[in-house]
Amino acid sequence: MKSITKYALKQALPITCSYLFVSFAYGIMMQEAGLNAGWSLLTSLSVYTGAFQFVLVALLSSGASFFTIALTALFMNSRQVFYGLSFTKDFPHMGKKYWYMVHTLTDETYAVNCALEQKKETEELLQDDENRRNIMFLVAIFSRISWMIGAVLGGILGQLIPFELEGIDFCMTALFVVIFIDQWKACKDHVPALLGIGIGILLLLCLGQDVFMLPTLILVSGILIVLKEGKERE
Amino acid sequence: MNNWYVFIAIVISAICTFGMRALPFLISDRMKIKSQKLEFLGRILPPAIMAVLLVYCLKDVPSDFIGIGIAKLAGVLVTGISYIWKNNSFLSIILGTLCYMLLI
Repeated sequence: MKSITKYALKQALPITCSYLFVSFAYGIMMQEAGLNAGWSLLTSLSVYTGAFQFVLVALLSSGASFFTIALTALFMNSRQVFYGLSFTKDFPHMGKKYWYMVHTLTDETYAVNCALEQKKETEELLQDDENRRNIMFLVAIFSRISWMIGAVLGGILGQLIPFELEGIDFCMTALFVVIFIDQWKACKDHVPALLGIGIGILLLLCLGQDVFMLPTLILVSGILIVLKEGKERE
Repeated sequence: MNNWYVFIAIVISAICTFGMRALPFLISDRMKIKSQKLEFLGRILPPAIMAVLLVYCLKDVPSDFIGIGIAKLAGVLVTGISYIWKNNSFLSIILGTLCYMLLI
């Protein structure tokens, strides 16, 4: 059990660093909008999603309607649907942890969970599904705790940042680079990765940075299905 | 701001967010669909999604190339090259992040 906790901590470390920093900024933003640390904690506990929580601050400040808020939440989080698809074989076998895992699935834990799946062949610890699932659970817990701590600290400490930390959230991007390279090495078929990069950049440039994500995911999965069916027909 | 307004807004946000996360599980769970397409997507999507996420992290590169773009690309290159070279994920994440922090 000890080695599992240690392993999970190591996997979660890049997430916790970046979550602490980003949610700290979120807490400050909430405070400036007139919402104290209690509200930051409640939101981080119940909603728990990066980008939308920031947008929610703006929506609340402008007095947006509940309908607008609901629609924005649904739209901004629709990419989560695609993440879940990769774990419909894992999470339902986790008993009481099942819905907690669903609730805490984020861009970052998705990436780390996928990396665990990838390392299964080389790391003995991960070959047992039970172990791997426990590690996923701990990663989810560590990530969530750091997100909540950051949000509360941001609300309480405000601008009293002791030293220059700007840019530390880049460790998340760096982690994604590392996972991307791992997946590249593990897959013989590079079409999905290349499609993701190509269509991602294309739609980013055409549609702009605020809306390109969902159309990209839909288009990429559509093309992958069409390609697969084309191959089967041959 | 009215406390009830904020509270209800947060509850609505939580429900909508959870709904989106739960959707794929409800589809494969309740309806017992053994859709091959769904299964295929779950298997093939991870590398594609990682690629899209990577683009997502770099989404502000084109709009602010001089300010953030160059620093981000440099950080990605340092991370990627050092990882391919040394195969040590921690070292590469620290090097890449330091590079970015020094450049901005």
